[in-house]
Amino acid sequence: MATPRNASTRSASYGAPPVERDLTPGASQESAISVHTLTTAAKDLVEGAFPPLWVRGEVSDFKAHRNGHWYFSLRDANAQMKCVVWSTQTRRIPASPDDGMQVLVRGQMTVWPVRGDLQFSVAAIEAEGDGLWRKALELTQRRLEADGLLDPARKRALPRYPRRIAVITSPDGAALHDIVKVARGRSPDVEVVIVPAKVQGDGAPEELVAMIERVGRWMDADLLIIGRGGGAREDLWAFNDERVARALAMCPIPTISGVGHEVDITICDLVADVRAATPSAAAELAIPARREMIAHVDALRGRLVTALARKRERSLGMLTLVRRRLGTAAVRVTERRRARLDATTGRLDALSPLATLERGYAVARGPDGATLRKRSQFATGEGFDLWVSDGVVRATTASTRVHPDGDGDRDLPKERA
Amino acid sequence: MSFEKSVSRLEEIVRELDRDDLDLDRALALFEEGIAHLRSANSALVQAEARVQLLVEAADGTFSLTDFGGQA
Repeated sequence: MATPRNASTRSASYGAPPVERDLTPGASQESAISVHTLTTAAKDLVEGAFPPLWVRGEVSDFKAHRNGHWYFSLRDANAQMKCVVWSTQTRRIPASPDDGMQVLVRGQMTVWPVRGDLQFSVAAIEAEGDGLWRKALELTQRRLEADGLLDPARKRALPRYPRRIAVITSPDGAALHDIVKVARGRSPDVEVVIVPAKVQGDGAPEELVAMIERVGRWMDADLLIIGRGGGAREDLWAFNDERVARALAMCPIPTISGVGHEVDITICDLVADVRAATPSAAAELAIPARREMIAHVDALRGRLVTALARKRERSLGMLTLVRRRLGTAAVRVTERRRARLDATTGRLDALSPLATLERGYAVARGPDGATLRKRSQFATGEGFDLWVSDGVVRATTASTRVHPDGDGDRDLPKERA
Repeated sequence: MSFEKSVSRLEEIVRELDRDDLDLDRALALFEEGIAHLRSANSALVQAEARVQLLVEAADGTFSLTDFGGQA
């Protein structure tokens, strides 16, 4: 406050009437206040008069400044006001609004002393029909698509019998409980490895990314399930985060996402190799039931045995055939030989001297075994052998003569036993 | 050997046994190998029990598993 002496001095110097000076700040020239004082006072007044409010209007002149703050006007048919979204707040808003968008903004009416503008400081924006959420999703989806990350050809097959399954989820959420319950219920020889992460709120996307990368570095799981139980759209939002989606796409092992309920589809669902409707469904897709495994092994046993039996039958069939052919060939060869043998035997028989003896002839043989054919070979009084059909007769020559009807000796040999 | 590996090998064996040009010696050897895999697959099923662990990464980048003592 100015002192009376100062006031009088100053007024005297300007030559103003020296009467009844009002010393209330700003009430007189002497008590004039600074612009800053006034605008600051106005700011306090306005902020005191209005609690945080929801205001409805249409966005115009939207500008995203380099420094991260957003500026726009909110207006209706008759009025408009300047709005600002500080960069610390923009991170909580899914996407920037577009000009012409009908929105509800929540914030604080204030005065920005630097410019003396009445200004609305925005903390939240909701577009009609979920416009901003849809826009954010579409933008993210378009960027991922441009990089080929939504290509169905990228989808990897899940291992049929995973040995170790990594699960990224909240350590105290319903999703973890559901997944473990399914794993225990199906109970094959599987290890569920929990990789805890914050799944909603500030810092959730960063943690999810870090945990996906950790599982990737670990390289000791066959499959990754990422998910959380149901919740409000804002609660599931981390699973729509582009960074999370990209990390998931880069994961070196096959991935299943199971976020929220069946109706909730997130960007992670689009990027994962398999989308499961819920965390439980994700576990069911990942882990085969033990009875299915038993059935599969049984079927394989059946096929193995059948395959071998068939192979043996075929081999036996071939063997039988070969044996039969061999037999036939052998028989033919034998028969041919026998026929030849029989023919030879017949000829031999025909030539045998025994047959001649059978007919009543006899052969005389000398002491040296020579056949005696001529009368001259016999000497009277000497012995010789007479071969007949069943034996040998010892004989002595009595005399010799030619055949009675021949031209030689007329003497017939006399035999003596 | 893991269940997955046993089963995969078994499937290969069955396919090979179905081929016509396979000789019997080879078929018998495959069959014997198949029976061994069947045995190992079965024993994997018998011992089966899901375990739940927690992945821990140390500052030096090494990994370890600890039993998960959560609500699950």
